[in-house]
Amino acid sequence: MELINIFIKAAFIENMVLAYFLGMCSYLAVSKTLDTAFGLGLAVIFVLGITMPINWLITTFLLSETGLLGMDLTFLRFILFIAVIASMVQLVEMVIEKYSPALYASLGIFLPLITVNCAILGGSLFMVAREYNFAESVSFGLGSGFGFFLAIVAIAAIREKIRYSNVPGPLRGLGMAFILTGLMGIGFMSLMGIDPGAIGNS
Amino acid sequence: MADTKILDKPQIQENKPLFGKRERRLITDPINDNNPITVQVLGICSALAITTQVSPAVVMTLAVIFVMGFANLFTSLLRHSIPKQVRMIVMLIIIAFLVTVVELSLKAINYPIYQELSVFIGLIITNCIIMGRLEAFAMADKPWPSFLDGVGNAMGYGAILIIVAFFRELFGSGSLMGWELFGPGEQFMLNTDAHWWLSWYMPNNLMVLSASALFVIGILIWVHRAWNRKLIDVS
Repeated sequence: MELINIFIKAAFIENMVLAYFLGMCSYLAVSKTLDTAFGLGLAVIFVLGITMPINWLITTFLLSETGLLGMDLTFLRFILFIAVIASMVQLVEMVIEKYSPALYASLGIFLPLITVNCAILGGSLFMVAREYNFAESVSFGLGSGFGFFLAIVAIAAIREKIRYSNVPGPLRGLGMAFILTGLMGIGFMSLMGIDPGAIGNS
Repeated sequence: MADTKILDKPQIQENKPLFGKRERRLITDPINDNNPITVQVLGICSALAITTQVSPAVVMTLAVIFVMGFANLFTSLLRHSIPKQVRMIVMLIIIAFLVTVVELSLKAINYPIYQELSVFIGLIITNCIIMGRLEAFAMADKPWPSFLDGVGNAMGYGAILIIVAFFRELFGSGSLMGWELFGPGEQFMLNTDAHWWLSWYMPNNLMVLSASALFVIGILIWVHRAWNRKLIDVS
């Protein structure tokens, strides 16, 4: 039950994009059409779901004082996390290329982009700050990936429609995307009062 | 990139000035015509959550100027020895090293601000503008122009950050840099002798919410493009 709560909380209530502004760059750059947004969203769910548990293992068994090395190495956190993310993205890219060329063709260029998606590194840093355990970190990773997916698909669908509207010239494109994201953020804020723990207990 | 044309031109004169016309453009271009946030759309990720107050925004700007200037400098120095296939990882390691330096220094110098910025200092690593400039500029140019390009872009980024923080703090909490300017602070509500002009404004809570940063930037882009019309998106 706790795991489902964390999933729902990460996906809806504390949505990476709409509540914390993480992953904004690729969110704005890749949301022009629905197809590409869908592909990037799936890739992000995948990478977040993999890197989060790996980074959890690294923090617990390598970097902490009670770990294998017996030294407090937390200052190496950033370098190790980003190396894990970069190599995981590379690995995922190679695996997808080998086993599913069709999916690779549709994701292709977006996979390397994920390395510098702040939502991935941000997720790992939040995971450390909130002291999740292993199962919780998997759930948190998948949940925040799903939240990103939801946000990017929604904005892409809106941006496809708004192209037919008469938006003032200087506001067209990027400016409108910002304001729409703000409105979506306010929409998601209405979920903020929900306490998933309380629902589970009642 | 617009800069590549200038780079390829053979340099005839031997004694170039250290701070000539091109160097000045490297600094000023990213502040207006090629602004990282409003034009290149890079580096938005780690920026917006820390713009509720002006002082964290200033600290963030200084941190990014430091990281970006030196990341560009080091990448440019190493540009001939980095193999093309692993350049991403090399760049990320350089950035991660500099960010670790910033994080630990900030922790030692000003702990309250460090706590306020929390994970967002770490997220400078994935600030796309740093990666973008390393890839687009530092991998192909000499160290000194690369350093200036890094500093210029970080300043363009910081300018937007501080403008957004200015409006959000002014309207959201009626203060600037932590100084109460107007708004019904408790001392003004209770003390009837207080200056009347200090207590007429009711802080707008919307401006404290994260969504308002997006509205402020959206309007900023509108104003910027209405003034600099060649940036308008025609597609």
